[in-house]
Amino acid sequence: MNQQELRDVVIRALTDVAPDIDPATIDPVTDLTEQLDIDSMDFLNIVVAVHKQTGIEIPERDYPKLLTLDDAVAYLLAAEQRGAGADA
Amino acid sequence: MPSLGADMEYGTLLEWRVGPGDNVKRGDIVAVIDTSKAEIEVEIFQDGVIDQLLVTEGTRVPVGTALATVRAGAGDGAPPPPQASEPIAVTPALQAETQPPAPAETPVPPPPAVPRPPQVHRLRVSPVARRAAEQLGVDLASVAGSGSDGAITKADVERAAEAVAPSVPPATPARAVPESASAPAPAPTPMPPGAAPAEPADRAAAMRLAIGSLMARSKREIPHYYLQTQIDMSRALAWLQEENLRRSVADRLLPSALLLSAVVEAVAAMPAMNGFWIDDAFRPAEGVHLGVAISLRGGGLIAPALHDADHKSLDELMAGLRDLVKRARTGRLRSSEMSDPSITVTNLGEQGVDLVHGVIYPPQVALVGFGGIREQPWAADGMIGARPVVIATLAADHRASDGHAGSRFLTEIDHRLQEPEEL
Repeated sequence: MNQQELRDVVIRALTDVAPDIDPATIDPVTDLTEQLDIDSMDFLNIVVAVHKQTGIEIPERDYPKLLTLDDAVAYLLAAEQRGAGADA
Repeated sequence: MPSLGADMEYGTLLEWRVGPGDNVKRGDIVAVIDTSKAEIEVEIFQDGVIDQLLVTEGTRVPVGTALATVRAGAGDGAPPPPQASEPIAVTPALQAETQPPAPAETPVPPPPAVPRPPQVHRLRVSPVARRAAEQLGVDLASVAGSGSDGAITKADVERAAEAVAPSVPPATPARAVPESASAPAPAPTPMPPGAAPAEPADRAAAMRLAIGSLMARSKREIPHYYLQTQIDMSRALAWLQEENLRRSVADRLLPSALLLSAVVEAVAAMPAMNGFWIDDAFRPAEGVHLGVAISLRGGGLIAPALHDADHKSLDELMAGLRDLVKRARTGRLRSSEMSDPSITVTNLGEQGVDLVHGVIYPPQVALVGFGGIREQPWAADGMIGARPVVIATLAADHRASDGHAGSRFLTEIDHRLQEPEEL
């Protein structure tokens, strides 16, 4: 997946957990959990959804690298380029 | 219209999922209703054939209104008994009346005592349980203990006595939300006069009204007492981290699951916290139906139940919790999840403050609260170090228990969290 596709995957996972969110209003560089009032259970559901869509395993210790939209997309892109993702 | 929580007075029928002539099995979803709090899928309580739909989609009716009639018995062309048309989805208390042959009509698990392997070693019996056994004429050798290390508790003895004397229905009415049927008349009505039958224009306001009404009743009727204790979470979190390293994303555990599991196990040792206060008496619940307070996006709160939590593994509790939180916040809960938690847990989560003093959900008798897990100075073995600590609180009904029992309950939760691999 390219950067835009990965961004779409993350946003879909976000809006799936928090349907009231307007994707256009997400600030890509601030903490999603604070910005969107996402708790650990929501966050886990987001990570699970992203994993399902991309096949990328995200270890728990890497969760802090996914806290903003830009960071999450960058992390997933790097993981795909490392070949961690499932072949689509 | 089923009562889905003690705070519900009206519901709007949104959608029928069945029509006249349809065969239904117990547990099938037959309709979707809107309480002031959420959209809920209504499950049917019996097998049969839908006869008539009495309420049309979009109609708002009081709790207790019959939504449809159903002919009892299996369908498949079997001639229906002409007189067996029964209203469904009325208040749980009424359902109990209309189904005398099956006192436990909801999917009640067998009492925890039953599925346990028989005690082959010496019996561990509390003194109170022994006295109760003498009074009730129960043979202790025939009772399986549900207490810590299989100890026989007074409740085990009483359950055994009830099993021998089936004329006493096993607390079915207690599982319902009985106040809807028997509320004392003088209780002030929370709805402004005249506004009640109309659909509330503002959902958030309706929810505040419903929460406010229930919590006011709790504070008016329940003499709360409060206890708190600090729990060292270092073992639990270290075990969790280790465990999660081995697990794929979808199977990972959160600290909440450990906290819930510890509560469920502590309840087994202290059944006085698990049940209902009804008509001036404590009715112990059958099984542990763990209410989980879930904050909703945009405000408000809902506390559906994880059913039969005492028969679930840690993984099953975690999966159940994840599913329940997601559906509470985005989708739909089911009627059975709304009607009968036997004890509730509120967990502020890692972004929350230090502690919470909860308000008990009537007619339950206890609410366990967990604050955020924080690194704190902790003295042990004459040394001070930093450890992750959670403050557990208990709000309990003084009519049903005393501080001593509550204290033992919180201590039991602490002990369970010191042996996370056993959870």
